[in-house]
Amino acid sequence: MLAEAEAGSARREGAAPPIIRLSGVGKTFDNGTEALRGVDLSVARGEFLSLLGPSGCGKSTILRLVSGLDVPTAGTITWSGATERVGEEQEVGFVFQEPTLMPWARVFDNVYLPLRLKGISRKAAKDGIMDALESVGLEDFAHAFPRELSGGMKMRVSIARALATDPEVLLMDEPFAALDEITRFKLNDDLLRLWAEREWTVIFVTHSVFESVYLSTRIAVMTGRPGRIDQQVFVDEPSPRSSAYRTSPQYAETARNTSAALSSAMAAR
Amino acid sequence: MTSVTTQDRPSQTDAPDLSLREKKRLRDKRLKVILPICVLIAFLTAWDLIVVLNEIPTYILPRPGLVLSTLVSDWAVLMPALINTLTITLSALALATVGGVLIAIALTQSRIVEYSFFPIAVVLQVTPIVAVFPLINIYVENIFAKLLLCAWIVAFFPILSNTTLGLNSVDHNLRDLYRLYGASRWQTLRYLQLPASMPYFLGGLRIAGGLALIGAVVAEFVAGSAGVGTGLAMRLIESGYRLNIPRLFAALVLISATGVVIYIILTVFTNRILGKWHESAINRGSSR
Repeated sequence: MLAEAEAGSARREGAAPPIIRLSGVGKTFDNGTEALRGVDLSVARGEFLSLLGPSGCGKSTILRLVSGLDVPTAGTITWSGATERVGEEQEVGFVFQEPTLMPWARVFDNVYLPLRLKGISRKAAKDGIMDALESVGLEDFAHAFPRELSGGMKMRVSIARALATDPEVLLMDEPFAALDEITRFKLNDDLLRLWAEREWTVIFVTHSVFESVYLSTRIAVMTGRPGRIDQQVFVDEPSPRSSAYRTSPQYAETARNTSAALSSAMAAR
Repeated sequence: MTSVTTQDRPSQTDAPDLSLREKKRLRDKRLKVILPICVLIAFLTAWDLIVVLNEIPTYILPRPGLVLSTLVSDWAVLMPALINTLTITLSALALATVGGVLIAIALTQSRIVEYSFFPIAVVLQVTPIVAVFPLINIYVENIFAKLLLCAWIVAFFPILSNTTLGLNSVDHNLRDLYRLYGASRWQTLRYLQLPASMPYFLGGLRIAGGLALIGAVVAEFVAGSAGVGTGLAMRLIESGYRLNIPRLFAALVLISATGVVIYIILTVFTNRILGKWHESAINRGSSR
């Protein structure tokens, strides 16, 4: 199965040029903790990549490095051709584990935030914002305050905010981990639909095997202390995926393989 | 494992008990007004009875009715005093707000500035104003400025410390989000830090409102003979010397009433601003 995965890897990486390439990336924090060591990872345009691993394995750190919130202490991160990554020029959307909304601002203003920071007027941004809200099904809640919404709805607002700038790359850090299963499944489907519609590249951090198998085209299984990528699993199920996929034999098999990869990664360390 | 958070939107099933809840809320609101009034009436009646039954002379404890009639009959003396005290209190509060917020913003712009200057603000706060007053008395000629400075020193610290705390307690993920979208320092301050610190600032403002009045009254007390005897505190001292106890009580009533009114105004103001989003100001009906 692994040999097959590697063959798949070569095929895919040849097909689409990588939009982000991490080579030999390491990160050691000021307190001496080595979070990542020697991470090599190419992310192809249009890919849905999941980073799967136990907590504390540096998944989130990779996202922070890719987004430019942190700088690596070793190795380089290259964005589609350019050698030097310049934060402002990259269109990156980031969805945190918490909805991270401003409680004093209405839903509309929360989604408007990235555009407001770019100096776009409220009037000019209005259509785009309503569009983003519509694509997460919250167009009727533009004037609500975050506290009036349920956990799942808040998460949708957070996703709408990431949509507002129409980013090429969407980074998601365990966005649905705090939600109940029913809401999570619903948001999984919404995310897949948006991914197909908007032709994003997604890097999705999760500790759930089943979630990663359902969503991704590729799963990078990580191991911790220091974090590195141990194995990769390709998920060949074509888009669109639906709840029927969740109960299919292929899904079960991929989940089994991924679980095995995860256990062997954890045993290896 | 059940779905707990998905169905928060208001649904039709809420409609029937809405009127019931509304009624309950109204009753709660009425109780909030009626109960303190009842207690006040009981208190005044007890006071009156004690004075009458024990035949306590007016120069020791006047009857509440007498205090009230003195308030009316001496209004010509008390009103200018009230206006003077109010002017100092409100000016001090306004300056404390501006000063406290501006200094807090300056302090939070850089760790080095904060470490260097915050202790000075603490020293200013913990030193009893009564102890500093002789110095202010010597250095500041103008009486109004003198009193204002005292009241300001007392009032500004809660605003400074609360606003500083508020500006620093912004959610880390939100901070990251602002960085990610390339927010400037000004944008971060304007759209993130200032709104986030609002509940803290308003908490400080409410404390400062009371303290500004205390500062103004204490300053008048300490200024004593140096003052021209214009504020409520001066009237109070003067009445004490002359054993004009009803007027002393009347002045006292005015001072507390001023404090209560300031508190009410600031509370209403706070709820207005935070009403929609902050837990402290959201009316959840009769939760107790």
